[in-house]
Amino acid sequence: MAKFLFRRLFTMIATALCLTFLVFLLTNLAPNLEKIAKSEAGSRISDAEVASWLEKNGYARPALLRYGEWLGVVPGWTHTAEDGTVTGRCIPRGSDAALAPRYCGILQGDWGWSNVFKQPVSEIIAVRLGLTGWLMMSVMLLMVPVSLLIGVLAGMREGSKTDRTLSTFSIATTATPEYVSGVLFITIFASSVTGLKWFKGSATSAMDDITFENFFLPVLTIALYGIGYIARMTRASMTEVMTAQYIRTALLKGLSFRQVVIRHALRNALIAPFTVIMLQFPWLLNGVVIVETLFNYKGFGWTLVQAAGNNDINLLLGCSVVAVMVVLITQLISDLGYAWLNPRIRLS
Amino acid sequence: MENLTALQITTAIIGQFWPVWLALAVTFALSIRFKRRLGLYGKLFDSPVGMTGFAIVMFWVFTAIFASLIITHDPLTQLSGMKNAWPGAAVKNPGEGIYQHYLLGGDNLARDVFSRMVMGAQSVLSIAPAATAFAFMVGITLGLPAGYFGGRLDTSLSFAANLVLAFPVILLFYLLVTPEIQAAGPAILGWRASIPNVLAAVLFAFPIVFFTILWNSRFFTNPRQRNIYVGITLALGLWVYIGLAFNADPTGIWAMEPNLLNVFVSVVFVNAPTVFRIVRGIVMDIKSRDYVAAGQTRGEGPWYIMLWEILPNARGPLIVDFCLRIGYTTILLGTLGFFGLGVSPESPDWGSTINSGRKLLSQFPHPALVPALALMSLVLGLNLLADGLREESLKD
Repeated sequence: MAKFLFRRLFTMIATALCLTFLVFLLTNLAPNLEKIAKSEAGSRISDAEVASWLEKNGYARPALLRYGEWLGVVPGWTHTAEDGTVTGRCIPRGSDAALAPRYCGILQGDWGWSNVFKQPVSEIIAVRLGLTGWLMMSVMLLMVPVSLLIGVLAGMREGSKTDRTLSTFSIATTATPEYVSGVLFITIFASSVTGLKWFKGSATSAMDDITFENFFLPVLTIALYGIGYIARMTRASMTEVMTAQYIRTALLKGLSFRQVVIRHALRNALIAPFTVIMLQFPWLLNGVVIVETLFNYKGFGWTLVQAAGNNDINLLLGCSVVAVMVVLITQLISDLGYAWLNPRIRLS
Repeated sequence: MENLTALQITTAIIGQFWPVWLALAVTFALSIRFKRRLGLYGKLFDSPVGMTGFAIVMFWVFTAIFASLIITHDPLTQLSGMKNAWPGAAVKNPGEGIYQHYLLGGDNLARDVFSRMVMGAQSVLSIAPAATAFAFMVGITLGLPAGYFGGRLDTSLSFAANLVLAFPVILLFYLLVTPEIQAAGPAILGWRASIPNVLAAVLFAFPIVFFTILWNSRFFTNPRQRNIYVGITLALGLWVYIGLAFNADPTGIWAMEPNLLNVFVSVVFVNAPTVFRIVRGIVMDIKSRDYVAAGQTRGEGPWYIMLWEILPNARGPLIVDFCLRIGYTTILLGTLGFFGLGVSPESPDWGSTINSGRKLLSQFPHPALVPALALMSLVLGLNLLADGLREESLKD
């Protein structure tokens, strides 16, 4: 088990380094840097001035070195101007260069400065992640019980009418991406066309105060897309369990169907969906980005779109680190959880 | 001119789709008549679910084919006074030879929603299946050896695949499908080695590699036949390849807009690792079968076994996944459109139409609702079709 854990952790760190380096390269493409130079130093500067601005601000160094700086394993750049003032990555403007630390990167907790929001990236991400955390938690609270219930009910008696109905429902939800169901829900429940107006079509007010009225539609929109998938997995594993010998034995010894399902089948049927639920997290991230844009809820997903759309390199890098870590950690937990839940894997 | 009632709108739309109904009727009549001779495709018509899915998918396929016959207005023409018009609204000051109504209303730029939806089907269905097919070529060509040989090749390819899979899709799209990325990179003989172009050059080569190996492994004992097959593949393949990947086709038939190339490449890039994992898993399972061992004993080469023994036996799950994946690709394309990535604002594709319609959603939902329902029904059809195929292929 320790060896397994060690190998997984090693792969995880290697993957994280590769991915962040890729994102770093892609966000620091020459045209992007040129845009930054022009937005900072004036839009009408010549190519030579762009080059010298990049040189002065540490953007002209080799990509690998700059990645190291950003990560915090290579000393930050410094630049001595002709009049003797020293500027550098780790030297805040107006402070003494001699007191500044040599390293400042992600590892030292310095995530950089956002050009668009004019705030440190770490602060922005902390606030936005908190908002998205509420959304994710509500989605999980709605999605997991509903999908497991649907899956178990459908898989309990394969081929029955309940099974057919619920399976069709699951297929329909997997065919409805968030931007479609969101549009449908807003039209039905929040527009003047049907006149229902049960909910609000925007979740902006939920950032300060979450109510059922302003928060239910975004949560439902994200949850719906995942429900079908988890339900189908649960159904598959439930039907498999229901044909097992020990279920037949339990039924033949005279236990009621309800008892057999709850006591014997359920526990074994829920091992496989656990992995699926954990692997849903990265997928939910997609849904979060779409839904936060659609409902104007300014959380992590919305920030990611703003950062990407406005060429805010530091913020985008910060967002990608968080996103990549979320994906990798959930993968790790799902692997470990699967091994822990399933004795056949745990013992071998 | 009077505005139309709901019933009249429905009738008019059904009438407008006449080429589709005709084609559907012919397809179904022929397929059901000869279903016993058509293998897996024929068996589809024994399952109500599969048949429903097939009908929906073919409805959109025929809509895409006959789009120019179905549309009532040009999808880009703006008629005055039709801004946000309700479904069935009569066209104000109709000119000569113009359809008298906006069947499903007008959008915020006074364009006909119905015609845009129909043209959107064309743009989606011309990209999604092709992109999925490319992803399958890449996934199969890499997944077969990874599963069959295992070892270091498998480890490194799997690591690369997991790398792409751990990338949040939207982030990847935002990084790959930007206009800036096309301008970055050194220029070589007029061809810019930007990331999408390099990816295209690599990914588009896979079908050629695949078919060359396919023919070579089958016919290498008969050099004349082999040379003919491989020669045709290489000639045709390279012709299309230099056109699509390098935009250097001398005849000019094969070319791709930079924007479209960008979108296409990223969609293939996102889908290929999943296909790779599926193929690899199936190969590792089939590898231990007796007929593979028999082939090895007969002295068959590894590529012959992979392509002509293992692959045909893996076709069931692959066909099912192909259907599902076209649906997923459609959703991805919609997502790209929804974020306004890689498509021109005039493009009638469903994702960007939903995006432009969502701002006025609470007052005028129809411009966003129509493409949303269209996209949903197409993906639903593909999922039902996949489900029917899975059911029928499990029966034997």
